Amino acid sequence: MIPVEKTIENPYLPMPATVERTFIETADRMIKTVELSLARSKDQAHFHFVPGQFCQISVFGKGEAPFGIASSPTETGPLRFTVNKAGVVTTAIHHLEIGDAVGLRGPLGHGYPIDRFEGKNIVIVSGGFAFTTQRALVAMMLDQNNRSRFGEITVIYGARTPGLLLYRDELRTWEQRDDLKTYLTVDQRDDTWGGLEGFVPDIVVQVAPSSANACAIVCGPPIMIRLTFPRLVQLGFGPDHIYTSLERRMKCGIGKCGRCNLGHLYVCKEGPVFSYARLQTLPRED
Amino acid sequence: MTMKKIRKEDLKRRVEDLLETWQVFAPVWKEGMVEITEIDDPATMSLDGPPPRIPPKRLFFPQSEVLFHYAKDTRGVEIDSDPEVARRRVVLGVKPCDAHALSLLDCVFNGDRYQDPYYLKRREQTVVVALGCDEPALTCFCSSMESGPFSRKGADVFLTDIGAAYVVEVLTPKGHQLFEPSRLEDASPENLEKAKEREEAAQKTISSHVERAGLVDKLDEMAESVLWKYIHEKCIGCGVCTFLCPTCHCFDMVDEGDEAVGQRVRNWDSCQFPLYTLETSGRNPRPSGRERLRQRVMHKFNYFVKSFGQPACVGCGRCIIHCPVNLDVRRVIEAIWTAQ
Repeated sequence: MIPVEKTIENPYLPMPATVERTFIETADRMIKTVELSLARSKDQAHFHFVPGQFCQISVFGKGEAPFGIASSPTETGPLRFTVNKAGVVTTAIHHLEIGDAVGLRGPLGHGYPIDRFEGKNIVIVSGGFAFTTQRALVAMMLDQNNRSRFGEITVIYGARTPGLLLYRDELRTWEQRDDLKTYLTVDQRDDTWGGLEGFVPDIVVQVAPSSANACAIVCGPPIMIRLTFPRLVQLGFGPDHIYTSLERRMKCGIGKCGRCNLGHLYVCKEGPVFSYARLQTLPRED
Repeated sequence: MTMKKIRKEDLKRRVEDLLETWQVFAPVWKEGMVEITEIDDPATMSLDGPPPRIPPKRLFFPQSEVLFHYAKDTRGVEIDSDPEVARRRVVLGVKPCDAHALSLLDCVFNGDRYQDPYYLKRREQTVVVALGCDEPALTCFCSSMESGPFSRKGADVFLTDIGAAYVVEVLTPKGHQLFEPSRLEDASPENLEKAKEREEAAQKTISSHVERAGLVDKLDEMAESVLWKYIHEKCIGCGVCTFLCPTCHCFDMVDEGDEAVGQRVRNWDSCQFPLYTLETSGRNPRPSGRERLRQRVMHKFNYFVKSFGQPACVGCGRCIIHCPVNLDVRRVIEAIWTAQ
């Protein structure tokens, strides 16, 4: 009598995952990277993502929170997430130990439009711990099978102090490479710092990356993003060639619980990556 | 479709039969208010009363529900979830506006990319029997919202009260599970004439109208209007307009339990609460009533229309009746039309 319904996937169920490694990233010890592997082979087989997508990490008993995937799909091994200790779930993540069981939902959202980046020069502009999914994007582009698909790669990355830059060992190797240009800056230099000093939007003007055949990807605190967009436009980047990834409070991650909308779009589902041109058509909220 | 009829006492008898294998929900008077609740005796039903205070959406999207249980030990974590509904269910006497609202919730929970198994299982296992609304209230503006006192949207079976009997329209395959039309008597031309009179009389009773033509465009121009700065001023942010709304679907997800054993629960949430959008960093994209009331109005009359082609409002009037400060959504829309 009742039509037998096709079995639908339950998007609310986390996949079991295991903590493989944890690593403190910053001098203030507030930012930690955790590496998680999916426990079930069927989940491993189905997990395909592009840089810019995110996952909901569950620490059972504490809850769930969204984090961009900081590893690249070209990197085999566990998934990497870099987490600032700020609230209940992020504090619980900081307390995780190797072997602990957590939950993972994802990949969620739409990542960076890689097909639109192909053949273009890529300018990464980043501030603070928003660098995570941009790091994934750069690592993906630098992969030997991918490097030739993209033009010049420029990374402009800043933090308040040298100790707050993420992935410092890797940044050092990037600085040595000749197939990308890396500009690191801090708001306040200290004795150890030999790099640039100044706010990211100002360094963008100073470095003045060419907008010819280029796309820019800007992630950082809202104030940095807001100041960087007009400077990129001055440099000749069209709003449809500037991208950012937004953060909002999220619960479901699949466009149903309501809270992360920007106009009629949900940041979790239609985002988190948006072009500046798209954002200009949406009501401003903040 | 042939129009059928069923005498009122035969409907009660049919409900008695159903009670052997089905769960039956119907409007019942409780403490001076109508509530849609599970019944075990058809004599307790009150199909011709006013709308229930809490709309029947809670039978599909409960105020609180367990999404899954977890149990963790040194070997890992076990997660189990059971979005099944044990028995077939029927809801009788649903107001047409509330049935229409279910069709709007379907747009959200039966999305193109993600489907909500909890809601959808309940929808699939439940037959919705709507009853034409003979006595619309002064606060009803359903006919301005692509709905109406005799709207068939979202109903599996539609009944029209013609005195001693109901005219029966079996609208969906699900409806056939409840009423096999071949077993029902045909409605006579007189019955149908009576039903038509009822429908027309009800439509004339709707005295309130909200102008919607062009509202999406008007709201698009209004995002930064000064109107939002003052129109929320009397709102105390209680959220009752959202909790009692038959189309509001926002929810929160929380863990109950400790790190070893517990459950993840989803609870109704409201865009009228500051915590709803407060980020861990302390930043809140909707820090005041200005942004929160704007969000509610925009979601219902602009964003939802852009996403699904119709407003997320059926004009049931609950948010008007139950608002403790008389913030009337019809007046808000009037103010929008005259605002810059």
